[in-house]
Amino acid sequence: MYMIIVGAGKVGYNLTKLLMNKGHEVAVIEKNKERYTKLVDELGEILILGDAIDVDILKIAGANRADVLVATTGQDEENLVICQMVKIMFINPKTIALVNDPQNEDVFAGLGIDSTVSSTRIIDMLIEQKMDTSMITPLLALKGGKVEIIQAELTKNSPLAGKQLIDVTLPSECIIISVIRQGQEDVVIPRGNTVLNAGDTVIALVSKDNLSALQNILFKQNSRTVVGS
Amino acid sequence: MKIMILGCGKVGTRLSQVLSKEGNEVIIIDRDIEAFKQLGEDFKGKTFSGLGIDRMFLKQTGIEKAEVFIAVTNNDNINIMSAQIAKRLFNVPRVIVRIEDPVRAQVFQDLDIETYCPTTVSVKSIHKMLTKKS
Repeated sequence: MYMIIVGAGKVGYNLTKLLMNKGHEVAVIEKNKERYTKLVDELGEILILGDAIDVDILKIAGANRADVLVATTGQDEENLVICQMVKIMFINPKTIALVNDPQNEDVFAGLGIDSTVSSTRIIDMLIEQKMDTSMITPLLALKGGKVEIIQAELTKNSPLAGKQLIDVTLPSECIIISVIRQGQEDVVIPRGNTVLNAGDTVIALVSKDNLSALQNILFKQNSRTVVGS
Repeated sequence: MKIMILGCGKVGTRLSQVLSKEGNEVIIIDRDIEAFKQLGEDFKGKTFSGLGIDRMFLKQTGIEKAEVFIAVTNNDNINIMSAQIAKRLFNVPRVIVRIEDPVRAQVFQDLDIETYCPTTVSVKSIHKMLTKKS
């Protein structure tokens, strides 16, 4: 894939290296001359000096053929406007914006940005995960975190182990979308008669409000309330 | 009319004074509390200091009841972001934004936001002056 990263700060720089190592084609736009000079020897011609809000700079970076643009500057308003400009001026790229202030996540979602990444929210999720004995791993947040796809491994003590799905009462805004079974290659697309076993990994689509209810159903034995972020 | 102005610089200050004198209910916002000194003592509107892109803060200032929102800070991106928050998240009926960069002004004009571009206006007026003389 061809990706444009805006901002060669800590996030942008490390993301660039990571993506390059994975074999992606990357261009990075940095407007600070000092930062540019510091990195240009290492990154070479993929590093472009300029302001990504400038359409000409975006053209030089190849925005016409880029698959994704990631705005990683420290200013939320800058990330927002860059992503919006790219959406309007160039047809192709998906846009991802770094959200520095977590309360702006909803704002970005409301203003048409494809995806947002908030480091505060990720750290929050990681902490919750570490502290939580009943493991729910968030896989994907949709609609600014209002709906999540999560996975959870069923323990022996799980109230669901051994039950048919038809006998399980799930929270209202929740569906189990697949079951990954140990030692089985195919992913199970569950039906009413699917029996859940200990060791199964359940993947579910759930609203944020129903997350703790789902957790109770999955792990009643040692349940604890999920603290909302 | 209840009018909210973001940015208490030269434009924001004068605009607030004019609109307030006309009898409008003016609320002016700036992140720098010192900026309000320019308004003078006889200014009758309200002042709030805070970030114009902070949704919670805007809510506290009473943006939901504003009939007009005008963003005139010296930062185009802040103007654009706050204007969209006002328009799309708080449904302010009329939103006017100053955008220095003509390209950005055009783009966001097409997005159904009233933009005012001082660069384009200056170019036009100077050009007019020149052509008149010759």
